[in-house]
Amino acid sequence: MIDPYDNVVVKTVSRLLIPFLQLSALYVILHGHYSPGGGFQGGVILGASFILMVIAYGLEEVRRRMSIKTVTTLACAGVLLYSGIGAVPLFLGGNYLDYGVLPIGPVPENRALGILGIEIGVGLCVMAIMAGIFRALASFDTTGGEDGRDSA
Amino acid sequence: MKAPGLLLALLTGGLLIYGEQDMPGWGDANSPASRHVSPRYIEKALEETGTANMVTAVLADYRGFDTLGEITVIFAAGLSCLLLLRRDSE
Repeated sequence: MIDPYDNVVVKTVSRLLIPFLQLSALYVILHGHYSPGGGFQGGVILGASFILMVIAYGLEEVRRRMSIKTVTTLACAGVLLYSGIGAVPLFLGGNYLDYGVLPIGPVPENRALGILGIEIGVGLCVMAIMAGIFRALASFDTTGGEDGRDSA
Repeated sequence: MKAPGLLLALLTGGLLIYGEQDMPGWGDANSPASRHVSPRYIEKALEETGTANMVTAVLADYRGFDTLGEITVIFAAGLSCLLLLRRDSE
């Protein structure tokens, strides 16, 4: 169980840093077509922002903002988004994950949009899993109590 | 039990080194991968996928199935971690 780290510097810096961290993560995901980055990298940065939040504000605060249910829902939504976008071309006469047949625009544009869609799915899943694993580890009570359930 | 283990490790290592002799040299321009696969991606990726970043194009489009497998592995590993390690009752 991680308690909030009671230090005004850590708290203030985290509060200033977390929004920009999340913004840059979204940039990394959405700009993966033109620069290094993509779903995996952006998802990890997004997950790291939640880890920083746990370190600075304690597990309880993050638990209120993002429950385990939200974490698992987001992870499932990410995989579902990926496989769902992959399945759409099947109904339009293409192969699985063949975004070229989507009825949006010229073929390269369709493929770029398909890539963007699955990158968002990857980012969602990686972010949720990163935050979830850290929270699962952080919820261990190291100070005693054999089942690790905290008293709070 | 130490001697057979060491022997087995040496044998496996020797076999791997022997098998490695047939691999193309590092960055060899005449290896099959550099002659057929890579030039195809470098020449056609932007034209076919509208994506300037070739790594993204290969990862998410040409090899989309591979990435689907990767994300499924991460998903399964994360869910297992949550099931096994979770201690807080929410």
